[in-house]
Amino acid sequence: MLLEVRNLRVSFPVRHAGRSVRVRALDDVGFALASAETLGIVGESGSGKSTLARTLLRLNEPEHGQVRFRGLDLLSLNGTELQRARARLQMIFQDGIAALDPRQRIGATLEEPLQVLKPELSEDARRERVLTVLARVGLEPQHLQRYPHQLSGGQAQRIGIARALIVEPELIVCDEPLSSLDVSIKAQITALLLELKRELRLSLIFIAHDLPAVQLLSDRVLVLYLGRVMEIAARDALFQRPRHPYTRALLQAVPVPDPRIARQRRAPPLAGEIPSSLSPPSGCVFRTRCPHAIERCALELPVLRQLGDSQVACHRAEEL
Amino acid sequence: MSTAPLLQIRGLGVYYATAHGAVDAVNDLDLDLGAGECLGLVGESGSGKTAVLLAIMGLLSSQARLRGNIRYRGTELLGLGAPALNALRGARIAMVFQDPMSALNPYLRVIDQLSEVSRVHGGSSRRAAEQRALEMLESVQIGEPERRARQYPHQLSGGMRQRVMIAMALMAEPEIVLADEPTTALDVTVQAQILSLLQQVRARTGAALLLVTHDLGVVAQLADRVGVMRAGRLLELADCERLFASPRHAYTQTLLAALPKLELPA
Repeated sequence: MLLEVRNLRVSFPVRHAGRSVRVRALDDVGFALASAETLGIVGESGSGKSTLARTLLRLNEPEHGQVRFRGLDLLSLNGTELQRARARLQMIFQDGIAALDPRQRIGATLEEPLQVLKPELSEDARRERVLTVLARVGLEPQHLQRYPHQLSGGQAQRIGIARALIVEPELIVCDEPLSSLDVSIKAQITALLLELKRELRLSLIFIAHDLPAVQLLSDRVLVLYLGRVMEIAARDALFQRPRHPYTRALLQAVPVPDPRIARQRRAPPLAGEIPSSLSPPSGCVFRTRCPHAIERCALELPVLRQLGDSQVACHRAEEL
Repeated sequence: MSTAPLLQIRGLGVYYATAHGAVDAVNDLDLDLGAGECLGLVGESGSGKTAVLLAIMGLLSSQARLRGNIRYRGTELLGLGAPALNALRGARIAMVFQDPMSALNPYLRVIDQLSEVSRVHGGSSRRAAEQRALEMLESVQIGEPERRARQYPHQLSGGMRQRVMIAMALMAEPEIVLADEPTTALDVTVQAQILSLLQQVRARTGAALLLVTHDLGVVAQLADRVGVMRAGRLLELADCERLFASPRHAYTQTLLAALPKLELPA
């Protein structure tokens, strides 16, 4: 396994009603990722997707749990060891322009990770590498002279991808890389990621709202709700035979760009909204919105268990 | 007379004078909105779709230069003075904004913002206006309307705030509701709720809806006709089913082709 995550729990201190309390962003999250595999992570605002991305890169410190990267215990690393590990893990951010240093030309932005993480490279080798990666993401040498504000959103996201690729990482965590882009640009960036994943055999964690893009890019998909894993399954199993009521509701809610299908809508939309993580429901965190909830769901936390090809955290998954 | 559209836009141009010359946000746009109709206006960022709505409402910045005509039941809206415009805005033509958090007044309780509409436009008593506000909150399916009515916008969730915006738009029983990306800021399950609510509102009130969005999925669900905009121009205008089944403009074809579709079991 490339990456193994177990029992991850992350919480943040917040002030609530004049008191300092901890709000739990992730609880008991676990999954594994094989080399050259893409794991899609979906969930609504407040589900903990971005916290998960940031924790894997040690941009947040978890309260509890294990993150093993090729057997290496990522959470115990410090100083130069952590820096060395970070060369093997990269991240692509949501807002392409904001993720770039506004005072640095793109050329310097792309060279910097090499200077820090691959100091053994000569200046010529570095330049060479920058040009190769730049061409790979579909940009021209002239873009190296630009500043971030001179780029379009799509170009900035291409630079974000180039910056992640440049150190030849073993895993790239993409945190909503499409959500600030227009439809046609979104399609281009999705196609680029798909191409790179196939050609370079990249291992990706792809976090997104956009379920069609997740379906296109992922080998497996993990569904998060209020900081907990609801379901993990191979892509086709998840989209064709969703086991968790939340996964079903999520798939049903995606607007279909076809008037004939969109108008003969099936189930009524899920009621309510994701509860506050300050006071999560007892038992199953999804039960307050679940059309199938029974008394047991309020009393007993469902554990993630194997059901057919899927892992699902629902007491009633068999009956549904 | 019965064939005249409710809203008729002819040769609409919205221009901004800049140091580098005039920039046009909307260029020579013709559009009709019929009574009770839902017209979707789609396009990417910078296509001018929001500028069209703001021009109708007279909400463009003072730097904007306008050309053409916008007629509501024969009354020219462009150049109409503030008193006449204020009599129409919020009463006959209402607007639902993208981000309810910034469109609602943070200092006013929900009931006060809603009842203000009736008091200004209908001259209702405070009591009658508040009664109407509660009914409207109930009609947009806000649970515990009595309690929610006494809360401030920040105490509501994103979906509930958008319901409040819709309730506020409906307070004076407008003939036209303009909606600017009403579900863009929402999560997908909440978006589904709001789309279903807009469908019910249309069926119940018979109001015409001019819906601006970048999301072709939203348009597919709600619109009778769809206009596609790019760079300030209306490129194609067609019946919704026809547009999706056989788009004629190359840009519409590109937009539809760019849409990744979810493959679900039949």
